[in-house]
Amino acid sequence: MYGKGLRTLSFATVASFFLALGLVFFYAPLEAEQGFLQKIFYLHVPLAIVALCGFVAGGIMAIMHLRTRDQRWDMRSYVAIHMSLIFGVGTLITGSIWAKGSWGHWWVWSEPTLVSFLIVFLLYAIYQPLRFSIEDSERQSRYASVFAIVAGAFVPLNFLAVRLSTEYLHPRVLGSSSNLPPKMRLTFLVCLAAIALLYITLCKFEMTAKHTRSQVRALRRALSGEASRLGRSAVPTLDQAPGRAAGMGTGTPSASVASSGAPAMGRPGV
Amino acid sequence: MIELRGVGRRYGEREALRDVSLELGEGQTLVVFGPNGAGKTTLLRVLATLLRAHTGEVRVLARNLPEEGWALRGLIGFLGHEPLLYRELSASENLRFHARLHNVGLERVAEVLAAVGMEERSGEPLKTLSRGMVARVAVARAVLHDPRLLLLDEPYANLDPGAREHLQGLIGGASGRTRVICSHDPGGGVAEADLVLGLREGHQVMLKRANDVREGEIAELYR
Amino acid sequence: MSPARSLASERPSEGSALAHDMPLRPPSLTGTVAALLRKELLVELRTLGSVPSMSLFAMSTFVIFHFALNRNSVDGDLAAGILWVTLLFAAILGVNRLFVADADQGGFDAFLLAPVDRSAMFFAKVLTLLAYLLVFELIAVPAFGLLLLGPSLSAAMPELLLILLLGDLGVAVIGTLVGALAVHTRARDLLGALLALPLFVPIVIGGARASSPLLALNHHAGSSGRWLATLGLYDLVFGLIAYAVFDFLLED
Repeated sequence: MYGKGLRTLSFATVASFFLALGLVFFYAPLEAEQGFLQKIFYLHVPLAIVALCGFVAGGIMAIMHLRTRDQRWDMRSYVAIHMSLIFGVGTLITGSIWAKGSWGHWWVWSEPTLVSFLIVFLLYAIYQPLRFSIEDSERQSRYASVFAIVAGAFVPLNFLAVRLSTEYLHPRVLGSSSNLPPKMRLTFLVCLAAIALLYITLCKFEMTAKHTRSQVRALRRALSGEASRLGRSAVPTLDQAPGRAAGMGTGTPSASVASSGAPAMGRPGV
Repeated sequence: MIELRGVGRRYGEREALRDVSLELGEGQTLVVFGPNGAGKTTLLRVLATLLRAHTGEVRVLARNLPEEGWALRGLIGFLGHEPLLYRELSASENLRFHARLHNVGLERVAEVLAAVGMEERSGEPLKTLSRGMVARVAVARAVLHDPRLLLLDEPYANLDPGAREHLQGLIGGASGRTRVICSHDPGGGVAEADLVLGLREGHQVMLKRANDVREGEIAELYR
Repeated sequence: MSPARSLASERPSEGSALAHDMPLRPPSLTGTVAALLRKELLVELRTLGSVPSMSLFAMSTFVIFHFALNRNSVDGDLAAGILWVTLLFAAILGVNRLFVADADQGGFDAFLLAPVDRSAMFFAKVLTLLAYLLVFELIAVPAFGLLLLGPSLSAAMPELLLILLLGDLGVAVIGTLVGALAVHTRARDLLGALLALPLFVPIVIGGARASSPLLALNHHAGSSGRWLATLGLYDLVFGLIAYAVFDFLLED
C-alpha cells in the first residue's frame, strides 16, 4: 500500500515525539551519576534498537524477494536498509556524544553496542556501492538480496561475538534497560515507540516517493513510446515486470502499462 | 520440441525480447536473424535455461521453463560467443572436465576430439592455440554429451573455412539434431533452415518457413 | 561409466517426446564436487596464482610488522593479533582470485548447463579456498614462528592447529560467498575486501582470543573453550546461510 495512511502515520509520529520529549525533559528523573547527559540514552538506545530491527527486517524482505522474485520486496528491502543505515549513523553519533560525556573520550571500546554498531555500519555502508556497481538491474536486485540476508544474519552473530569479547575485558558499564526505575522505563518505552514510528513513516514516505516516480516514468514512457535511458542506478526500479512466481503472477500493472502503451489510471493499490 | 508463446525478457527498462512465439518440431532447424542487439543471444540463452523469461511460456522437450529447467540440462548443447573453456587447461583436460560434469564416459572425449580434428594438439593449453582451433574444441564441448537440442550462436564465426564442412556431421544439418542457430549469413543461413525467425529490437518481425522467404527479405531486417 | 557411443549415435526415436527421456544419469554430488575440485587444482597448479602470492604477502607483512612495531619478537595478544590480521588479509587475496577464472572464461555458464546439483560449486569452492588456506598456513605460520614469535611455536601445538582450522573454515565459507558476490561487480577486488573484512570480525575475535594464551610467554592453556565454540557456531550458521543463498548468485 503506497500512500495510504501516510497522513495518519505522520500525525502519530509527531504526536509521539512531542510526548516523548515532554517525558524526557519534564518527567524522567535526573540520573544520579551522569546527570543531564544521561538523557541522550533515550535517543541513543531506541535508535540502536530500531536500526538493528530494520537491518534484520531488510534481510527478511530480501528472503521474500528471492522466493517470490517480486521487485516490490527488493524495493522494501532497499528502503529498510537505507533508512536503518541513517538511523545507524544517528546511533553512532549519539553514542559518541554519550561516551564523551561519560568517559571523556569520543570513542570507547568497552561498550559492546557501540562497537557492534560500528562493524555493522561498516558492512552495510557497502550495500549501496555494491548495488551501484552491478549494472544489470535484475542481477543487482538478486545480489543485493543475498547481501541483505547474509548481513542480516550477521547482525545478531556479531553482537554476540563482540559482547563476548568485551565482557572478557571489561564489565559492561551501561545498565541494560531491564533494570530501570519505572519512570525511566516509561519514558524509554515511549521514546522507543516514537523512534519506531519515525522509522516506519520515513520508510513509507520513501517507498511512496519511489513508487510515484516509477509510475511517472512509466507514463512518460507510454506517452513517448520508447524506453528512457536511465543510466546506472543503485536504486531498484519498480517498473520491471515482476519475475515469474509459481503459478500465475499477481496482476502486473507495471508490465501492462509498458506493453499496452496505455497510461494507467486509478491503479489498484499495490 | 520447442514452443514459445509471448515470450519476453527485460533488462531494467529495456525489453530485450518481446512477444516471441513459435513452434519448432524435432529434427528441424530454426535460424534466427537480426541486427546486433535484436535479442538473438537472449533468446538462445532462454532456451538454454541460462535466463528466465519474464513473460510468456517456454516449453522445450515437453518441459516448462524455468520450473523444469533442471530436467533439460544434459539434453541441450550450447555454443555461444564464448568457448566456455579454461584457457590454462588443454583441450582434453577441458573436455574431460565437461565429461565428468555430464557423467559421460571419458573415452568419448577422444572420439569427439578426433571428430573435430583436434587430436594432435589436445594436450596443449588452449591459450597457445589459434582462435579457430579453440572454436573447434568449443564445438566438441557442445556435442560431447550427445544433446538432443543444439543451440548455436553464430557457430561459424570463429571457425576456419574448412572446418565448417568438416563439422557438418556434428553440428550441421547432417547431424539430424534439432537446432536453433543465430546467424548473420542470409544465404547460408536460410539454406540450412526449416524455419526462419527475424528479430529487430526484441520484436518478432518475421516468422516463416524457409521456403517462403523471399529474396532480400533477410537483408531488410538489417536496414 | 556409460559405454562409448558412436558419433552417428542412436538418435532417440522419432516422436518420442518422452518428458523423462534423460539419456544419462546425472553425476552425483560428490562426483561433481570432485570434478570441480580437480579442475580448480589443475588451473591453480598451472597458474600458481593464489597460494604463492598469499605466502609472499604474509612474509612481507611480517617484515613490515617488525619495522612498524619496532619489535624483534612478540608474544601473547600482540602475537595472536599479528598472526590473525596477516592471515585474514592474505586470505582476501585468495578470495579475490577465487571466481575470476570462472567469470572471465565462461565457467559459470558451463556449470549451469550441466545436469548437476548446483550446490556442488559452493562445496567445491569452499574446499578449494580451505585447501589454499591450509597450504598457505603451512608456510606462513612457521615463518611467523621464525621471524616474529618469541615463545616457541611448538608449545602452542596442537591446539593452535584446531583454532586455525576452525578459523579457516569460517574464512573459506565467507570468502566463497563474498568472492561470488564481488566477481560480477565493477570494482571486484575492492568490494571483495570491503565486504569480507566486517564479516571476518567474529573470526578474528574467536581466533585471536583463543590463540593469545597459547602464544604467551608463560604458556598456559587458556579458556579457549568459549572461543572455539564461538568460531564453531559462526562457521555453522554462516555455512548454512551461504549454502542456502549461493544458488541465487549463480544464475544469470
